[in-house]
Amino acid sequence: MASDEKTERLLNLLITLLVSRTYVTKDRLRAVIEGYRDLDDAAFEKKFERDKDELRALGVPIEIGSHEPYFDDAVGYRVRPDAFALPDIELTADEAAVVGLAARVWQHAGLAARTGDALRKLTAAGVEVDRSALDIAQPRLDATEPAFADLWDATQRRMPVTFAYRRSGAAEASARTVRPWGLVSSQGRWYLAGFDVDRDDTRIFRLSRIEGAVRRAGRPGSFTVPDDLDLRSLTRTLLPTEPVAEARLLVRPGAGLGLRARASEVRAATGATPPGEWEELRVPYAREDALVDEVLSYGPVVVVRDPESARAAVVRRLTSVVEGPA
Amino acid sequence: MSSARAQLARMLALVPYLQRREAVPLEEVARDLGVSADQVVRDLNVLWFCGLPGLGMGDLIEVDMDALDGEGVVRVSNADYLSRPLRLRADEASALLVALQTLRATTPADQHGVIDSVIGKIAAAAEDGGAHADQVAVQVADAGAEVEVRDRLERALADRRQVRLTYHVPSRDEVTERVVDPLGLLVHDGRAYLRAWCHLAGGERRFRLDRVRAAVVLGSTVSSPRPDAGASPAELDEAIFTPAPEAGTARLLLAGPARWVADYVPHEGARETDEGLEVTLRVGDPRWLERLVLQCAPHARVLEPTTVARRVRELAAASLELYGPA
Repeated sequence: MASDEKTERLLNLLITLLVSRTYVTKDRLRAVIEGYRDLDDAAFEKKFERDKDELRALGVPIEIGSHEPYFDDAVGYRVRPDAFALPDIELTADEAAVVGLAARVWQHAGLAARTGDALRKLTAAGVEVDRSALDIAQPRLDATEPAFADLWDATQRRMPVTFAYRRSGAAEASARTVRPWGLVSSQGRWYLAGFDVDRDDTRIFRLSRIEGAVRRAGRPGSFTVPDDLDLRSLTRTLLPTEPVAEARLLVRPGAGLGLRARASEVRAATGATPPGEWEELRVPYAREDALVDEVLSYGPVVVVRDPESARAAVVRRLTSVVEGPA
Repeated sequence: MSSARAQLARMLALVPYLQRREAVPLEEVARDLGVSADQVVRDLNVLWFCGLPGLGMGDLIEVDMDALDGEGVVRVSNADYLSRPLRLRADEASALLVALQTLRATTPADQHGVIDSVIGKIAAAAEDGGAHADQVAVQVADAGAEVEVRDRLERALADRRQVRLTYHVPSRDEVTERVVDPLGLLVHDGRAYLRAWCHLAGGERRFRLDRVRAAVVLGSTVSSPRPDAGASPAELDEAIFTPAPEAGTARLLLAGPARWVADYVPHEGARETDEGLEVTLRVGDPRWLERLVLQCAPHARVLEPTTVARRVRELAAASLELYGPA
């Protein structure tokens, strides 16, 4: 099969470059490797270039150099064994068990395959990976967003990208060109942090809002990630923020459990209340609109006392439901 | 990846793996390297023609085909130049390192030492020293109380003990007490869950750890069948994140500010209409849907079932009444 011949040729090329202590010239390679021998000049050049690309894509570090700097035709290639080979790595039994667990974390097929490739190399180096490790809490890391695989590659290879992005609530998507700095998973959802070239600023994009294909917009390695990029602190901006104020809410006894869990104070309601039994809760909140959403979700067991603006928002939104289309 | 490149990648692990050993049964090779036995045989058949090329016969890698055909064992020699696997590519190392970081984030602190040690060793063995892995951050929604709950549940799982759970069910605004037989812990979409046989519900349920208010390990041994009997973990995971068969179908209309629902709530389809985004979803407990729609009021509307639509209006009217005459 053609594919077998190609594998054969690639492996022979690699072995030739790996065992040579000196740079091997193109002419020499053409002479010794069977797959190159019968080709004309143009066909050989083309095939040799492709083969080098294939080896480099696998991670083989091919060096170009010459022992005779004044003669261009003496330029050759080699692979230094120490740059090629996996360094010695020894894992204790506990550590091998951890690697076995980590191997099951990625649910995303592409990333699971890469983890598998890494494990195969470790196994080949003599690490006894324990794949049957204890059944402790297994984290699962998935990425169902279609843009994930391309953005993972772009991030790892530092390659600018362009894509159509629909902001939350926006009807239309707009084109964005971004230098992808990093990927963040927060609350099970993936975000891209990067530099938006057109807007000339740092932006965070939610992967589920990317529409259609992610296209490359520059060469690999064509930008550098800021040294002080702190993805973890960037992530914190995606998480609920610190409370800024407290609301006073009337809640039926035994109801509003989510609110009670974070109330700073619960006491019997005083003053004018709606009919029936009520307690008053003081509940810290970060964003008033989120508080209003939460109050609405409880239905007729929670009433806002203040702030007045939240009370008015609840009344306005309920009125719309009652008077709105059935 | 081209098939030749994929095959070469396998061979670059296969050859050093075999060189560390005398003769290995084919099935064991396949299992250790995570490749099918057929594939191993196909790879060996290509490997047979590879080696150090020369102008004469060259110096081929020796594959003992007689031993393979006769005893079913694999033996390879004369390949000293491939005694070590190729080093970890940056993206392979990143996949594994991100998995390890995720594992660390969901693991009790006393196990961090061993995980950190593995992270250090893998990073040191990678092409880029593990630098690219810093471009990915995984934030696991987790709190101190949750880690304590997980600790107890792990002990209960190990000892096959029953647990009394105090569990918050937000859709019913209830905290319930129930005795469960823990079956396993897992993380899905960044959240940790307990999978358990629930004696209150008389069926298997999953419980979000951040909603467990208390977990008391009981003296009694679990009374339901042994965990995972007959089903693979993957099948079980699939089953518990799939709506129960008795769940009904609902249709929702989402206008502007409520469009986020389509991004957050698993649904079976969405289509754009003149009035907004129409999504179809499976609903187990209608109270969950009522709360969701009230939370989005008035931008989400239930089209089906009409009983829920009517109930939402009733709840809105009852809530509005509590705010007194306009």
